[in-house]
Amino acid sequence: MKPHIEKLLATAALAVVVSLLAPGCGQKKSASANNAVSDAERKDMALASFVAPGEKDEYYLFYSGGHSGQIYVAGVPSLRHISTIPVFTPYPGTGYGFDEASKKMLGDYTWGDVHHPALSQTDSLYDGRWLFCNDNANNRVARIDLRDFKTKQILGPIPNASGTHASSFVTENTDYLFLATRFSTPLPRGRVADPKDYAKEFNGMITAVKVDPKDGEMSLAYQILMPPLDFDLCSTGKGPSSGFAFFTSYNTEMAGDLLEVNATQKDRDLAAIVNWKAAAEAAAANKGTVMNGVQVLDPSKVPGILYYVPVGKSPHGMDTDPTGQWIVAGGKLQPSTTVLNIDKIKAAIANKDFDGEFRGVPILNYNSVVEGEVPVGLGPLHTQYDGKGNAYTSLFVDSNITKWKLPPWTDAEKKDLTSVVLDKMPVNFSVGHLVVAGSDTKKPYGKWLVAMNKLSKGRHVSVGPSQPESSQLIDISGDKMKMVAEAYTEPEPHFAQIVAVKDLKPIEVYPKTENKDPNAVWDAKETGVTREGNKVTAKVIAVRSRFIPDRIDANVGDELIVHVTNIEQAGDMIHGFGVNDHNLNVVIDPGETKTFKVKLTKTGVFPFYCTNFCSALHQEMQGYLVVHPEGEPVAKAD
Amino acid sequence: MDALLRSERNFLWRPLNLTSRLLLVAAAAAIIASFFFPLWRMHLFAPQYEEGLSLYIYSHKIQGGGIDGADLNEINTLNHYIGMKPLRQADFFEMQWMPFVFGLIILLLLRAAVFGQMANVVDVFTLFSYFGVFSIGAFYYRLYIYGHQLDPEAPMKIKPFTPLLIGTKQIANFTEHSYPQFAAYLLIAAVSLVFLAGWFSRNETV
Ligand SMILES: [Cu+2]
Repeated sequence: MKPHIEKLLATAALAVVVSLLAPGCGQKKSASANNAVSDAERKDMALASFVAPGEKDEYYLFYSGGHSGQIYVAGVPSLRHISTIPVFTPYPGTGYGFDEASKKMLGDYTWGDVHHPALSQTDSLYDGRWLFCNDNANNRVARIDLRDFKTKQILGPIPNASGTHASSFVTENTDYLFLATRFSTPLPRGRVADPKDYAKEFNGMITAVKVDPKDGEMSLAYQILMPPLDFDLCSTGKGPSSGFAFFTSYNTEMAGDLLEVNATQKDRDLAAIVNWKAAAEAAAANKGTVMNGVQVLDPSKVPGILYYVPVGKSPHGMDTDPTGQWIVAGGKLQPSTTVLNIDKIKAAIANKDFDGEFRGVPILNYNSVVEGEVPVGLGPLHTQYDGKGNAYTSLFVDSNITKWKLPPWTDAEKKDLTSVVLDKMPVNFSVGHLVVAGSDTKKPYGKWLVAMNKLSKGRHVSVGPSQPESSQLIDISGDKMKMVAEAYTEPEPHFAQIVAVKDLKPIEVYPKTENKDPNAVWDAKETGVTREGNKVTAKVIAVRSRFIPDRIDANVGDELIVHVTNIEQAGDMIHGFGVNDHNLNVVIDPGETKTFKVKLTKTGVFPFYCTNFCSALHQEMQGYLVVHPEGEPVAKAD
Repeated sequence: MDALLRSERNFLWRPLNLTSRLLLVAAAAAIIASFFFPLWRMHLFAPQYEEGLSLYIYSHKIQGGGIDGADLNEINTLNHYIGMKPLRQADFFEMQWMPFVFGLIILLLLRAAVFGQMANVVDVFTLFSYFGVFSIGAFYYRLYIYGHQLDPEAPMKIKPFTPLLIGTKQIANFTEHSYPQFAAYLLIAAVSLVFLAGWFSRNETV
């Protein structure tokens, strides 16, 4: 086995070198591959992904937007981008980050790094209520309400945690979502220590966030103090693995510098297995210490909440299959995935079948818990499932997706696990994450797989050096995978979730009866401008095709507070409120009230206008903000 | 002549048999049921309103289709571009007294059923028919007024028109369908039942 691995690793290294040194070569190859598509195949592909004008997609695809700080909504099978949900980044398109409510959520941050979106689940099935996503850069987590596709809460920055990459992953009933740190820092944060003393002075953290089952409100539950490993990804258990969460990590070497070399020396890295039910009980019993207001559990002092298990070198994904029986870790620098068996894990824990310990936490005996290492190819990152006993692993180095058969395996298969590899599909290029519709539920929809490729070079007409990412849609309903469509996304999807359209029930307008904003006005008689000291408050109606009032008078030095209510109740009758020269654009959906504040610092007459094209007389939908010099009596607006 | 009057008088004095009385009670029930259903529906379609905008007219209220009756607002919003007055429940004063007229007719029907005389049937049939024709006339007049009293300062100037009472018609980018609904059929049924009540006792003798 060992020489075999070495040979493969050498090939891997060679492949890396080739792909790094000869990008032009790869480009040419793709062009010729394109030409190889026959007319019949072309027709098949087109029909499989074509959604005719007026028809609708069958699935929603929620992409993480990476360092754009947003979530992208696309349709499957069309792969058409439908909408952008701003989360951590202001977005003038929907006025996000300009009105008081969204400004308050964003705080002083203007970006985030969204990595892993997670749909809420009930009994291990998508319940269509919320979508959570993390901000790796500023240690936050957000909740999007799928009733209106809007960001409703941003929790964080989470204390004692840096780079919440291994997140956000929900438990089977959305009791908790987990965030584990990719980066480690000296704790408490703010303390300075030399990165040379990394192993001794730095710590990582696993954070459990409690989700209120009624309204989805997130709050910090507890944390587990971790050694300075770089936690990468996570999945939660279900069925036989219920109550567990699995985290991969790299840098078992605990290197504080030049990680590319120093964190890639050991043959295996440690994955963490958290018994989150036991941890929650320990936290409730105050078995930790309070740091920055959070109960922090030290796993060396609270036995039974944490175990380690060695997995393939520098792993990325750690994915529980739909039955909850198999947990598959990808080892980026190993040509195989590691399949763990939860029954064996539970037995090893019960029998104390340990192979030493790491900082006071037992390491499970690898040979006792592993079911097998499947030779999927070079650079396995992430595995998804179709619910029919098949697994799909993305191969970053190979630029391939491998379909393979999950255990149970026959003795013959066990002897030669190459026999469980069923199919390979080249993708373009360097696939990172992949998603199968519903893979993390107990009943995947299957049918579609989307490969999120890190490099799109040469696949699209040139748009200059800043390039989009590429996504490819693969039909997995048959024995062999079939590539059917390709699309491009802005930077940068890391992971995605696919949910059937029928499982979501979004609204199209905010019903008037639900608008509880105390400053909402629905009748022209209730609108107007009032002054209190140097605070000028305007209550404004936006309706096709006018603002009521369409004149606001104030003095320089005043604080202007505007409450705009869009009194429309028709779908897509969206109005904007843009103010010239004041860096302001609020967008108000039908039935919604938004509030913005602005300190008036210059005199003049500033036009405001509807920014979201609404009607034939949209251009006429405008008014004036008249800012008088200080002390000048202000005409009462009508 | 005298013979004719005599026979007419005889006819009006005819007693009602059980069938006729039951038919009268059924007619009253149909009128009561009509309160709960729309009389008329105006349905407007345009490219951007694929599902259409609906306006339901009841004997005692107008109601928009859509969530929380939002279509009424939408129709008003669109109509303001041509300077049409907004449709408001409060402006339809006939809807305030219509239920009382129906109540009166119901009382008269029950009275006829109890008194059991042909003259009562003729009374209520006449009143009911007159009221039906009058209501449709009033409704048409309403439509005429709405379509003709357009604000001269409206953003879009159009030739005054009468919205469609019954049928299908194209108005600018909208296709309008205007048709009676279940309550109207209930009322037609009620009138017919009254007529049948008379018919079934036409040969009764004292
Ligand atoms: Cu507008």
